[in-house]
Amino acid sequence: MEITVDHIRNKLTTEIGAVHVEVEDTSPNRCAASFKVLVVSPQFEGKPLLQRHRMVNTCLAEELKEIHAFEQKTLTPEQWEKQRAS
Amino acid sequence: MNTLVRSAVRCLRAGTVCRTGSINGQVLYGSARLLCAAAGQTDFADMVKKDKVVVFMKGTPSQPMCGFSNAVVQILRMHGVDEYAAYNVLEDQELRQGVKAFSNWPTIPQVFFNGEFVGGCDILLQMHQNGDLVEELKKLGIRSALLDAEKDKN
Repeated sequence: MEITVDHIRNKLTTEIGAVHVEVEDTSPNRCAASFKVLVVSPQFEGKPLLQRHRMVNTCLAEELKEIHAFEQKTLTPEQWEKQRAS
Repeated sequence: MNTLVRSAVRCLRAGTVCRTGSINGQVLYGSARLLCAAAGQTDFADMVKKDKVVVFMKGTPSQPMCGFSNAVVQILRMHGVDEYAAYNVLEDQELRQGVKAFSNWPTIPQVFFNGEFVGGCDILLQMHQNGDLVEELKKLGIRSALLDAEKDKN
């Protein structure tokens, strides 16, 4: 399985109903496969941070076995709009 | 716990740096706030409950070996949290894999408060930024240094 930016984006969109996904391949900064993602999904509503991150981790469980470093930011559509406005 | 770990823990409690002996030719050191886990049975449930704040990281608080682990150390330092148990996963592959299985979390660093998994660097950073970290520390009976910093400003 080749872990690409598109692959990750598609998985997050399909499996956790992400309405906006930004995936950055940060591997050039480190010696191994590393990614930074921003996920915006209504399914995060009412869920504490840890639960949201676990949702993403579960979605990308197979990929994470091969990814060395992983950063994630999880927002609801409302939080995303607020962030964009500021 | 085997005798090696027990003696290291004794040093931990005493707050001294000590040479706890060797296992399989590999010398292990225990220090005030560092514990290199001995190979063999690792009781994670016990490890995370022994101290209020427990961090599994790459490197040590005085010498982090990874940007994310360093971020956790810096955030805790900012809040005046200097007393915590730090386990260096780079010293022990079993520890490194074991803690991931224990908390069902794929990456290091991992932070535990009162035996409960809090999250990694991302979560700790967001908690620091939105004020939740000060509250969580208060629940542990730890007064964040940032509260005093605020007071001094006014």
